[in-house]
Amino acid sequence: MKIFSYSIFLFMFWFLLSGHTEPLLLILGLTSVLLTIILVKRMDVVDHESYPLHLYKQLPLFFIKILREIVYANMDVVKRIIKPGKRTISPQLIEIPVPQKTDLGRVIYANSITLTPGTVSVELTNDKIIVHALTKESAECLAGGSMAKLIPD
Amino acid sequence: MRPEMIIDILSWVCLLSGSLLGIIGAIGIHRFPDFYSRQHAAGITDTLCAMLILLGLGLQAGVTLAAFKLGLIFIFLFFTSPTASHALANAAMHGGLKPELDNFNKENKS
Repeated sequence: MKIFSYSIFLFMFWFLLSGHTEPLLLILGLTSVLLTIILVKRMDVVDHESYPLHLYKQLPLFFIKILREIVYANMDVVKRIIKPGKRTISPQLIEIPVPQKTDLGRVIYANSITLTPGTVSVELTNDKIIVHALTKESAECLAGGSMAKLIPD
Repeated sequence: MRPEMIIDILSWVCLLSGSLLGIIGAIGIHRFPDFYSRQHAAGITDTLCAMLILLGLGLQAGVTLAAFKLGLIFIFLFFTSPTASHALANAAMHGGLKPELDNFNKENKS
């Protein structure tokens, strides 16, 4: 089932990238999709981590929320950069807990932290992330755990 | 006002503000004191700057395959740029580069 939807997805991808509708090229595209499917099946790499179909309901909302976070965080960092004065930042290194149970959830959480400017995840272990934060405020905001609630698990 | 003109203005607003953010990010890289804080400044060019420029280009392209490809670039950037930043920060930490910190007393163990 997963392989089936994956091959349709791959073919759509090929079609949208190439934009060709000639029969010969369509057949060649289908052949390349089939070859890829055979390779992928032999390598056994299509699973819930590389192709997270089960997250499809949560992903759109997650994208919107994370984009909002990114915009706000960007404006904060921009303010710190253009503000005159000797030291406008207060770098912190903090440990925050990871509530996510699955590896995928943890990685999405760490990636989201890095994606928002002002916080970079330096190290990820099983139950905590070491985060370098640009300012005290962003560190406190992160430690408050508001972002952890956004992450699909 | 014709709709094409509105789209044109919107796209130029996106392109110009994106470029401005890129310049601000570059200024930040020079202003901030150490590697880790500079990475945050570089994060601006990774995220909002790239998004705005891609959005502006997408508005110029209209509903075409080119716009779809720009969207793909955005998605790939969305997944790869945090991975690259994390790899850099992690490598710096393991290489023994000490960050300049304000809460240094609490955090001596790493």
